[in-house]
Amino acid sequence: MSTVASVYSRPTASKRLARALHYCAVALLIFLLLTPLIAFFFNAFSFRWFYPQLFPQEISLRAWESIVAANSKVPEALFNSTVLAVGVTLSSVIIGLPAARALGLYSFRGKRVVEFLIISPTIVPGIAVAMGLNINFIRWGLSGNLLGVGLVHLVPVMPYVVLTLSGVFSNYNPEYEQQARSLGAGVLATFWHVTLPAIFPGIVVASLFAYLISWSQYILTFLVGAGQVITMPVLLFSTASGSNNALTAAMSLVFVAPSILILILTARYLSGKSSAIGGFGQL
Amino acid sequence: MGFWERWRIPIMLAPTMSVIILLFIGGLAYGTLVSLGWQPIIGRTEISLRAYQNIIFSEQYAGVFWQGLLLTIWFSFASTFLGAVLALATALLLRRSFFGKRLATFLYQLNLPVPHVVAAIGILFLFSQSGLISRTGAQLGILNYPSDFPVVVKDKFGIGIILSFVWKEVPFVGVIVLAVLQSLGVDYEDLARSLGANRWQRFRYVILPLVMPGLLSGSILVFAFTFGSYEVPAILGVRFPRTLTVTAVRFFRNPDLNARTEGMAISIIISIIVFFLVLGYMWLSRRAIRKD
Repeated sequence: MSTVASVYSRPTASKRLARALHYCAVALLIFLLLTPLIAFFFNAFSFRWFYPQLFPQEISLRAWESIVAANSKVPEALFNSTVLAVGVTLSSVIIGLPAARALGLYSFRGKRVVEFLIISPTIVPGIAVAMGLNINFIRWGLSGNLLGVGLVHLVPVMPYVVLTLSGVFSNYNPEYEQQARSLGAGVLATFWHVTLPAIFPGIVVASLFAYLISWSQYILTFLVGAGQVITMPVLLFSTASGSNNALTAAMSLVFVAPSILILILTARYLSGKSSAIGGFGQL
Repeated sequence: MGFWERWRIPIMLAPTMSVIILLFIGGLAYGTLVSLGWQPIIGRTEISLRAYQNIIFSEQYAGVFWQGLLLTIWFSFASTFLGAVLALATALLLRRSFFGKRLATFLYQLNLPVPHVVAAIGILFLFSQSGLISRTGAQLGILNYPSDFPVVVKDKFGIGIILSFVWKEVPFVGVIVLAVLQSLGVDYEDLARSLGANRWQRFRYVILPLVMPGLLSGSILVFAFTFGSYEVPAILGVRFPRTLTVTAVRFFRNPDLNARTEGMAISIIISIIVFFLVLGYMWLSRRAIRKD
C-alpha cells in the first residue's frame, strides 16, 4: 500500500520545476522589496564610503553619536511624534467607534452621503485642507503647537479608523449585548466584557492605521506646525536635503524601527482569515 | 418612538461628522475663499478668479502649471497602474501554499509601515548615480564612473518618483488582494477546473472578476494619494517641471502673503482634478465589472 502511495505522490519533473520557479520568484520579490531597507544599514554605519566600494570600508558610529549628542533634535522629535501618534490614535478610535457602529449595524436615510463624506478625505489632497486650516489655526492659537497639529492629523486618520471598525461591526451580532443587559450587566460592563472582546481585532487594525498615518505625516505637520512642531518626519526631511547620508540613514532607521516593531506585534491581525483589511475591498 | 430611538444614529455619527465637517470641509471651504482672494488679514476682501486666471493663462505661471500638471498626471497614472499589476501578480504568488509562506508574507508586508519620506530616501540611496546599484555595476565592470549610470532619480520624467511609489504601494494593494483571495478559498477554481477550464481561463474568468473590486478600490486610494503627495516629489523631483503640490507649497511659504492666493488656487485645482479623475475611474471600473 505504502509503495503505491509514494509512487503516486512523487512529484513529476515539471511539477518540481514549477515549484522551484515559484520559490525563485518569491525570493526575487522579497529581495526587491528589502533592498531599499538594506541600503539604510550600509549608509548608517559608513564613513568616507568612496565610489565604487560596494561595502563601506570604514565602519563608523559617527551618525549614531550625533543622534544621541546633547544638541541633537532627535529626542525632541521622537517625543513630539510619540505624543501626537498616541493622542491621535486614542482620540480617533473613541471618536470613530460610535459612527462605525451606526454604519456597520444600521441602515438609515442618508447613509450613502455620510459614507461618502467620511471617505472623501482619502481622495482630496491633504495640502488643500491644511493650507485652508493654517490661516484659521493661526487666529485660534492652534498653529505651531501639538494640539493644532494633532487635530489636523485626525482628518486623514478618521476614514481609515471608521472604515475598518464599521467592517467589523457589519459582522457583529448586537443581541449578545441585550442578553448581557438582561442578565443585569451595566452599560460599561457590557461594553467591556461583551462588545470590546468581539471587536478587538478591528480596534487593533484601526489603531495601527491611525498610528502609522500620524507617525508618517509630514506635510500637514509642516504646514500647521509652522516650523515650531519638530516631529521625526519634519526633522528627517530637513536632514535629507543636506548631504550627510550616514546621518539621514541612521535617523531613518530610528524613525522606522518603532513602526516595524508594532507591525510585528500586530501582523497576525492584518492578514489571514480574520483580516480586517479586506474591508477596503468593498469601498 | 422614544427620544433615544429617534436620535440614536445622529448622536452616534456626531463626533466623527464634526471632525469631517469642521476640519475637512471647513478647511477646504476657507481655502477656497482664500484662493478667491479673500485675505482680511492683509486687507483683501474682494472676491475674484484672478489667481486662477494667473496660474492657468498668465505668461509667468502657465508654463510651470501645465508642465507640472502633465508630470503629476504621468507619474500618478504610471505608478498606480504598475503598482496594481505587480500587486496582483505578487498576491497570486504568495497565495499558493508553500514552505515558508508565513515568513514570506510577513516580509512582503514589511515596508507597509515605512513612511513615504523614508521610501524616497531609500530610492535615492539605491538609484542615485553613486548609489548601491551603480556601485554594483562598477564592481561588475559594467561602469567606470558614477556619471556612466543613467539619471533615474531627480530626473525630468519622474522615474525615481514612480519607483518609490511602486515600491510602497505594491504591498499595500497586494495585502488587500491577498485578503480577498484568502477569504474566497479555492472552491470556485476547483469547480472551473472540473469543468475543463485551463490555467489562463481560471485566472481570466474566475480569479480576476473576484479580486477586481478590491484591486480597483485599493488603486483608487493609491492614485488619489499619489496625485496629491508632497514628500516624494519634493525629494526625488527636479526644478522644472515641478509637481503641482510642490509648486503650491512654494507659493504658500512665500513671505509675501499675496502669493498664498495662488498657492491655495493650485491646491483647489488639484483637488478638483483628483475628484473628477476618481469619479471617472469609478464609473469606468463599475462598467467594466458589470460587463464581466
